[in-house]
Amino acid sequence: MMRSLVSPDFLVKIDHRQCRRCKRCVLNCGFGALSFLDRVTPDNTRCVACQRCVAFCPEGAITVERNPLAFKSNDYWTANDIKSIYKQAEAGGMLFTGMGNDRPYVSYFDRMVLDACQVTNPSIDPLREPMELRTYLGSKPNALEFAERTGGALATRLGPQVALETPIIFAAMSYGAISLQAHKALARAASLAGSLMNTGEGGLHKELYPYSDRIIVQVASGRFGVDQEYLDRGAAVEIKIGQGAKPGIGGHLPGEKVSQEVSQTRMIPEGSDALSPAPHHDIYSIEDLSQLIYALKEATRYSKPVGVKIAAVHNVAAIASGIARAGADFVYIDGFRGGTGAAPTMIRDNIGIPIEMAIAAVDDRLHQEGIRNQVTLIAAGGIRNSGDVAKAIALGADVVAIGTAALLAMGCHLCQKCNTGNCSWGIATQRPELTRRLETEETTERLVNLLRGWSLELKDFLGALGVNAIESLRGSRERLRGVGLNQVELDVLGIKPSGR
Amino acid sequence: MKGTFPRIPSGCSITGILNKKAKRFSGADVIRSIRLMHDRSNGLGGGFAGYGIYPQYKDHYAFHLLYTNEASQQDTEHFLEKSFVIDRCEPIPTRPHPRITDVPILWRYFLRVKPYVVEQFSSSHDREWAEAADEAYAEKNFVVSQVMEINQKIDGAFVASSGKNMGVFKGVGFPEDIGEFYRVEEYEGYMWTSHGRFPTNTPGWWGGAHPFTILDWSVVHNGEISSYGINRRYLEAFGYHCTLQTDTEVIAYLFDLLHRRQGLSLKNTCLALAAPFWKEIDRYPEPKREAVTAIRQVYGSAMLNGPFSLVVGFTGGMIGITDRIKLRPLVCGQKDEVVYLSSEESAIREICPAPDRVWTIRAGEPIIVKLEEGVQP
Repeated sequence: MMRSLVSPDFLVKIDHRQCRRCKRCVLNCGFGALSFLDRVTPDNTRCVACQRCVAFCPEGAITVERNPLAFKSNDYWTANDIKSIYKQAEAGGMLFTGMGNDRPYVSYFDRMVLDACQVTNPSIDPLREPMELRTYLGSKPNALEFAERTGGALATRLGPQVALETPIIFAAMSYGAISLQAHKALARAASLAGSLMNTGEGGLHKELYPYSDRIIVQVASGRFGVDQEYLDRGAAVEIKIGQGAKPGIGGHLPGEKVSQEVSQTRMIPEGSDALSPAPHHDIYSIEDLSQLIYALKEATRYSKPVGVKIAAVHNVAAIASGIARAGADFVYIDGFRGGTGAAPTMIRDNIGIPIEMAIAAVDDRLHQEGIRNQVTLIAAGGIRNSGDVAKAIALGADVVAIGTAALLAMGCHLCQKCNTGNCSWGIATQRPELTRRLETEETTERLVNLLRGWSLELKDFLGALGVNAIESLRGSRERLRGVGLNQVELDVLGIKPSGR
Repeated sequence: MKGTFPRIPSGCSITGILNKKAKRFSGADVIRSIRLMHDRSNGLGGGFAGYGIYPQYKDHYAFHLLYTNEASQQDTEHFLEKSFVIDRCEPIPTRPHPRITDVPILWRYFLRVKPYVVEQFSSSHDREWAEAADEAYAEKNFVVSQVMEINQKIDGAFVASSGKNMGVFKGVGFPEDIGEFYRVEEYEGYMWTSHGRFPTNTPGWWGGAHPFTILDWSVVHNGEISSYGINRRYLEAFGYHCTLQTDTEVIAYLFDLLHRRQGLSLKNTCLALAAPFWKEIDRYPEPKREAVTAIRQVYGSAMLNGPFSLVVGFTGGMIGITDRIKLRPLVCGQKDEVVYLSSEESAIREICPAPDRVWTIRAGEPIIVKLEEGVQP
């Protein structure tokens, strides 16, 4: 009998001459791709190439290879297209996946280069001179007033501001999508690095309370885990309208992932599906959003910034402007490369725009309307390194959020199977035998190291650019040049081509 | 190896002289001072700003214009006639000079704003300009808009200065030659600033010489503003158009925006433009810490970053300030009621051999010198 038309993506090769039959690989595979009969036997159909077995085999006896099985070469119908059709023909459902859009769209980050100083304005040595990355998240007025006659005291009262020691924060990832261990590591790392983590829509577990001054608490369409205490504990509140990986659609955490702890944190019955509706059922227009913003501000007594997260879509500039005018203190834009714990593949791969374009359009629009100071602009969705961070800031972002990069720092291998809940690395799973693999202490350190490394590199960029504070790079598109971009793209990005 | 190496100074010389009793003195002194620093410029730009030089027209906006051709002059004069009463106009007096060539058409105009135009302007412009409460303030906003329009829209015309009872004389050449060319020694003012240019990233052209001005603000600048991109972007949101192909003009506009329009004190304006480091701010006692923190939070895009030393002139005073890690020199001197600012101490001693006091300005800390209390400019 034919097993399936869907051939395995990967082949697991065991070198049985080297294998000691310790079965460690069998225990480590979260996907059940390895079993022990008289010797280690792979089930290739289950392998996702997460490399857990490879990393843990003491003998180095395992290799995972791409399945060379070839379809007849076809530049239009890719192997991926063909297999997807087989899968859907067999199961009759939607294709699901995890992590961000992996299609070969243009990366504008890779087509922009930064400037450096030579002679006329000196570069500054970050090892000898102070370099400042501190950034304040919160709304600022256009001007300050001082009572000059009464001794010059500050008369303007600024809205709440959250200090960040680096302009890099962790993106929203919920407890439920990722493990408590991973959530705790993010919170501790944010606390140690003077950054922020974001609860996502899964509520705030009690074990994260000690770090709550470094946590953005999210209010999403499902309202999971939202109560007065939740709002009180956050450093800032974020209303989630959309997400780069799945703009316009809701979320779904299957009941099997809703363990006792998750159920308590989300405030839903154990084992029940956690469904986030596509829109907020109380937000069908911008004035409804404004009401929620002010409801949350009232609930938190105007003591913390309240912002809004949206996916970068075609009309993002106008939407962001509306959000700023609706009273938000920050706008978080998530580009089409942004990750997810689970999303319909077709949605992930075909909706949204690149974050580079979105930052440029939003920053332009807010400047034109004279309301740029009113909001902090957070950009996310496919930030891979400090070069991307510097370019995003030069385009106009105040702060950059990283999700996928943070997961990679924790050990993720980007197998894109978060939606299965089988993560062998203990990150995107709730299975206790898997989650306990993620050692919080060590994971925290890896995250802090990543932020530190990128921050050092950012300081190097600033020094090369001859400035010593991040605000002198922010929105300074004069310091960017395009390589291999057409005039329209250059215009949208607001940059010149290299050589000009 | 013992001792220190002498630092080899690079690029541009600046000088400022202020008589705090508003006694007017000839421009000859400032020419001598800037001449001494000949080697700091390369002959591609020099200029002077004199304050108190037009006492007979002290309530008029004195527009100094540079024209590359007669058509641009005609266009500009038509444009000015629409909104201003031109009480006097004439070529700016010059003398032929062997080293000053390719001279543009140089004219000056003494202008009064026609009575109804400001009102019309305030009601027809967007909120940024219409924030006007009092008339004098609105009138200045109007004058700024006219300067922007000439610089931006009339091909070949550039406004060198537009303040009251002050004027700028600038061009391509060594500053001492420019001074002789413009017969600067024939004017008397209570304050003079001057600049010798060593242009690097912008071409040497007459409009690109310092001082840069708007209204009675004048800026002479040694250095380069590495944060120009964001400073310019920030200013554009407030209606300032940077058209002069150089980084320095943003400084004049920032002073105009922050001090005149938004009402920050000069000291707070300097705190915004050359902000202290966070680690210093964190140590300030309250309420100073809160105030300076707010200034950095709100005016981050206005902060000037990169090497600079500046002398900023305005009616009744001048400011000397350097960038916050002092990548360019600035020295201050004083003799009786006269205060000197200069790139080099020698340039002060050249005209004031025995000053009461000479000191080096600290990084990022402004020297703000004003006329003595009660003295009218």
